[in-house]
Amino acid sequence: MKSSPAAVAGEALRLASGGGVRVPAAILLLLVAAALLGPLLSPHDYFTMDLSGRLQPPALEGARLFGTDDLGRDLFVRSMSGARVTLLVAVVASLVSLVIGVTYGALAGYAGGRIDAFMMRMVDALYALPFMFLVILLMVAFERNFLLIFVAIGAINWLDMARIVRGQTLALKQREFVSAAELIGVTPAAIVFRHVVPNLLGVVVVYMTLTIPQAILVESFLSFLGLGVQEPQTSLGALVNDGIAQMERAPWMLLIPATILALVLMSFNFLGDGLRDVLDPRLRER
Amino acid sequence: MLRFALLRILSAIPTLFLVVVLAFLMVHAAPGGPFDQERVLPPENARNLAAAYHLDEPLPRQFGRYVSRLVRGDLGPSYYYRDHSVSDLIGAALPKSLQLGLLSMALALLVGISAGTTAALKRDTLLDRFVTGFSMTGISVPVFVIAPLLVLVFAVQLRWLPASWSGSAGFDRLLLPVLALSLPQIAYVTRLVRASMIEVLSSDFIRTARAQGLSTMSIIRYHALKPAMLPVVSYLGPATAAVLTGAVVVEIVFGVPGLGQLFVRGALNRDYTLVLGIVIFYAILIILLNLLVDLLYGFLDPRIREA
Repeated sequence: MKSSPAAVAGEALRLASGGGVRVPAAILLLLVAAALLGPLLSPHDYFTMDLSGRLQPPALEGARLFGTDDLGRDLFVRSMSGARVTLLVAVVASLVSLVIGVTYGALAGYAGGRIDAFMMRMVDALYALPFMFLVILLMVAFERNFLLIFVAIGAINWLDMARIVRGQTLALKQREFVSAAELIGVTPAAIVFRHVVPNLLGVVVVYMTLTIPQAILVESFLSFLGLGVQEPQTSLGALVNDGIAQMERAPWMLLIPATILALVLMSFNFLGDGLRDVLDPRLRER
Repeated sequence: MLRFALLRILSAIPTLFLVVVLAFLMVHAAPGGPFDQERVLPPENARNLAAAYHLDEPLPRQFGRYVSRLVRGDLGPSYYYRDHSVSDLIGAALPKSLQLGLLSMALALLVGISAGTTAALKRDTLLDRFVTGFSMTGISVPVFVIAPLLVLVFAVQLRWLPASWSGSAGFDRLLLPVLALSLPQIAYVTRLVRASMIEVLSSDFIRTARAQGLSTMSIIRYHALKPAMLPVVSYLGPATAAVLTGAVVVEIVFGVPGLGQLFVRGALNRDYTLVLGIVIFYAILIILLNLLVDLLYGFLDPRIREA
C-alpha cells in the first residue's frame, strides 16, 4: 500500500494504462468533457423555450443535435447540463459518504474490542433501514433542497465504505509504523488521521468509483419521482422522466438521456471493478 | 440453533425501534401540516381537526400513542383518504405488489442461478463473455430506464403487450412489470452465482468427486450447488430492498395500484400516517427477511451457528 497522494496517483496511472480500465476511463473522460464543454459550444441554452419548434427530431440543421423537447428546449444542451448536475451530485455525495465512512470505519477499526463491536452492530442495524424511503420522506418534508440531496445520498452510502475501511484498519493496526507511533506517544486521534487514513487512500479511491454510480442511481431515482432537481434545472433522471411522458410522439426524448445515463453508470461500474481487481483481489467478494 | 435464532430475533427489535423513531421524527419535523393543502379553515375548525387527530399534543405523547397502537397492529387513520385506515389501504395494495415482487424474485433466482452456473462451467468461452457482459449491463441500467424502454419496444412499437396495468385484466399485464423489475436482479444473481460457482468448482472436494467419476450434472446438483448458494442467500436481504425500491418505479410507469405507488402518492399528498405506516411496514419486511436469511445461512453453513 502506498502512502503519499503522488504515489497513489502514480499507481492509478499505471492501472489506467492497463487492460479493462482503459475503455471505461476513456468513455467517462469523453462524457465529462462533453458535459462541461457541450453547452458552451452550442448556440442554445437549457431553459429557453421555443413553442414553434417543439418536439423536433434530432437534426444537424439549426444545431439541434438531439432535437428539442415538448417545450421546444434544446435537448443536447439539456442532456449535457443534466449530465453535469448528475455527475456533480454524485461526486459531492460520494465525498460526503467518504468522509463519514472513512472516519467511522477507521475509528471503529483502530479502537477495536467492544467499541468496534458496538459501532459495527450499529452499521448492521442501519443496513436494515429502508433508506430509499426515508430519503423520499426527507425530500418531501423539506421541500426539495438541492443541498439536502447531497447529504441524503451521502448518508445512505457510507455504510459499505465504513465496513471496508474498518477491515483495512484492523490489518494496518498490526503494522510496525503504528506501533512505533504509539511508542513515541502520538495521540490515538493523530495516529488514525495521520498514519492510518493516508494508508487507506488506495482502497478508498477504488471504492469511490463504485460509490459514485450508486449515488447517481439515487439522485436520478429521486429526480425520476420529481423530487430531485427543480425545473428548469435538470438531471439525467429528470430527463428520462420527461421522456417517458412523450415516448410515443418523441422517442428520442427518452432514448438519448437513458443511453447517456446507462453509459455513465456502466463506465463507472466497469472502471471500479477493473481497478478493484487489479489493486486488491481480496476485495472482490464483499 | 434455537439459541442462535432467538438471539437474532431479539437483536432485530432495536433496529425496528430505530426505524420507527427515525421515520416518526422525520415526518413530524416536516414544515407544513397534513391539512395545509385544502382551503384555509377557520381557526376553530383547524383546532378541532388537530384535536381529533391528536396533533395538538406534545410530540412524545403523540409518539407514545402511535407506538401503543402500532404494537396492536393499528397504523392509524389516513389523513388524506379520510374514510380509510392505513392498514386497510396497505392491505388493498399489498396483493398486487406481492405478486410483482415474488414473481420477479422467482424469475431472478431461476434465470440467475442457471445462467451463472452455465457461465462458470463454460468459463472464458464466448458464452461466458456474453453472460458476463449482459449481467454487467443489467447491473448498471436502472429500473426506471429499463421499464420505459420495455414499454416503448413491446407496447408502443410492437403492440404485443399492454402498456399499463389497466390495459388488460389477464396475465399479460404482469409480464412487462415483472420483467422490468427482475432484469437487474437477474444480472446481479448471475454475477454472484458465477463467481461463487467458479470458486467452489476449483475446490478439493469437487476434484475428489470428479476423480470418483461423477458426471458434471450430478457434481453440480449434489456437491457444488449448496455451497455456491451462500452469497445468493446473503444477497436476498439487499435484493428485497432493491425490489421494493424498484417496485415504486415499475408501479408508477405501468400504473399498478400497489404499495409503491401508494407510498409516492402518500408522500406527495403529505399523508403522514400513510407514509409512516408504509415505511414501517417495509422495514418490518426487510428485517424479517434478513432474519430469515441469517437463519437459512446458519442452516446452510454449520460454521456460522457455531460462532
